[in-house]
Amino acid sequence: MTRYVLTRFLLILPTLLTVAVLIFILVRIVPGDIVELRLVSGGSFVTPGVIEAERERLGLNKPLWDQFMEWMMGIFRLDLGLSMWSGNPVIQEIAIRLPLSLQLAVMASLIATAIAIPLGTLAALHRGRWIDQVVQVISVAGLAVPSFWLGILIILVLLGVFGYLPPLTFTPLLENPRANLAQLIWPALAVGYRYSAVTTRMTRSALLEVLREDYVRTAWAKGLARHVILRRHALRNALLPVVTVIGLEFAFLIGGLVVTEQVFNLNGVGKLIVEAIGQRDYTLIQGLMLLVALGYVLVNFLVDLLYAWLDPRITYQ
Amino acid sequence: MVEHALVERVAPAARRRSHPVARFFRRHPLGAAGLFLIFVLLGLALLAPWIAPYDPVANDFGAMFRPPSFRHWSGTDAYGRDVLSRVIFGARTALVIGFGASLIGATLGAVVGVVSAYFGGKTDLLVQRLVDVMLSFPIIIVALAIVSIIGTGTDKLIVAIALSFVPRVERVVRGSALGVRAMTYIEAAQVIGAGSWRIIFRHMAPNVVAPYLVMLTASLGQAILLEASLSFLGLGVSEPTAAWGLMLRGAAVDFATRAPWMAIFPGLAITLTVLAVNVLGDSLRDALDPRLRT
Repeated sequence: MTRYVLTRFLLILPTLLTVAVLIFILVRIVPGDIVELRLVSGGSFVTPGVIEAERERLGLNKPLWDQFMEWMMGIFRLDLGLSMWSGNPVIQEIAIRLPLSLQLAVMASLIATAIAIPLGTLAALHRGRWIDQVVQVISVAGLAVPSFWLGILIILVLLGVFGYLPPLTFTPLLENPRANLAQLIWPALAVGYRYSAVTTRMTRSALLEVLREDYVRTAWAKGLARHVILRRHALRNALLPVVTVIGLEFAFLIGGLVVTEQVFNLNGVGKLIVEAIGQRDYTLIQGLMLLVALGYVLVNFLVDLLYAWLDPRITYQ
Repeated sequence: MVEHALVERVAPAARRRSHPVARFFRRHPLGAAGLFLIFVLLGLALLAPWIAPYDPVANDFGAMFRPPSFRHWSGTDAYGRDVLSRVIFGARTALVIGFGASLIGATLGAVVGVVSAYFGGKTDLLVQRLVDVMLSFPIIIVALAIVSIIGTGTDKLIVAIALSFVPRVERVVRGSALGVRAMTYIEAAQVIGAGSWRIIFRHMAPNVVAPYLVMLTASLGQAILLEASLSFLGLGVSEPTAAWGLMLRGAAVDFATRAPWMAIFPGLAITLTVLAVNVLGDSLRDALDPRLRT
């Protein structure tokens, strides 16, 4: 097991390294740099000397190779450099936004799971009956509704019908849990519903497959109670693919809520990504992309570990 | 007598072997409904200038933020533009970008997938590592990054969304293509001296059409949602073009207090369109390749 964990962990590094290299190249393909954007497009006249000095200050006129080495060496020292726009350390810029995004991702995943597993199970148990049809409609609709529109609708109803406006500024969970949840529960619901759709479908199809297995028939035959068969024999085996889906969705939720954060005016990682790209803040974009990739790779790693733990037959060759 | 009975029993069965399309409709009524809705939308998009009651881009500052009425069924927006007309014209944007992006993206992804599977070895390894990297980002981030490189506008949006689909389609099609690659008829084709490209396009491609079609329909709904998201962020279609995502642009609170109809109708249009596409896609997947779960 230790061996498996280690080999699997080492596989993370090449992926992250490739991301670091590719991101560095891609960012520099984007037309226009931060200096041009900030000084020239402001409309005021600036002398070429000023532009040069600014490029010099940000290290943009160094040979690409030097810039690249600086970025790579920085990664190994866990130093992502300074944001070109604000001048603050990139790590700090991200650290301010990460708690919100992380919490939202956790809440949305919890909501999605709480909807998906019961609904998916219900649908599988009543395959082809009306309950199944209703669940299918709910989940197909979830995939079709843009979560940002659902967010707008939620606020429309809250404000229009109940005259209630959720708080607009972020309070850390530990500081004031009530205010924190009052703000984040709405976007979490909007996103969670959409993400429950995929998981519901996965739960349903995985469970249907397991329910056809011989050992389930044996369990019925030896007269076990329905809920015992379901919990101990069927669900436990069906949950493997479901766990994967939930994990991957969680990973994408951390940086992927670009639009929902805009609707709810949340200062999260997704919003920061849009801003950083818009401002051509190379160092910040690089740091953010590395973070998103890291999240995905780590979650994948954890899912694999969970797999190996849930199913002892899995080992790494 | 026996012969007669046999004919009797066989004949109706033979007659029931109807056209595959008719069979598809009978077995998947929901899919048929989705297809019908897509045709309605195509009709709306094509005939928009004759159906829409107003010019979708004409400002009317005497009629700003009008609630729905007999004159403006879905109300008017901040420039006094008729929301219903903009929703109808928005179907053009959504369908052009949706079909364009999914067609290009799925085709490109399928070609890369088959080529990668055929050559295998180092080519495959390199392509798969690149795909790995792209897959470790949410699709909207990939699209966002591409848009920032190539710029905004309808044509560029199609390219950006198409490219962000490539790795997802590639993975699925490659999976099927690897199975095809191991078939003896590929070996046979090689033995009689067929070139690589001939084998790829004449022998392998036709055998991965099912996953290709499934991924194509799956991307169609995604593409429409992505276009709406990017336009919502101001990085997609630009004003004054009628596009659903663009119509939803702004903070939710503003809509709630000033003009909820501005938010409701474009969102409904997106939802219904994507619903129709997805339902059709699901039925198509069931009919074509029940093993795929995407």
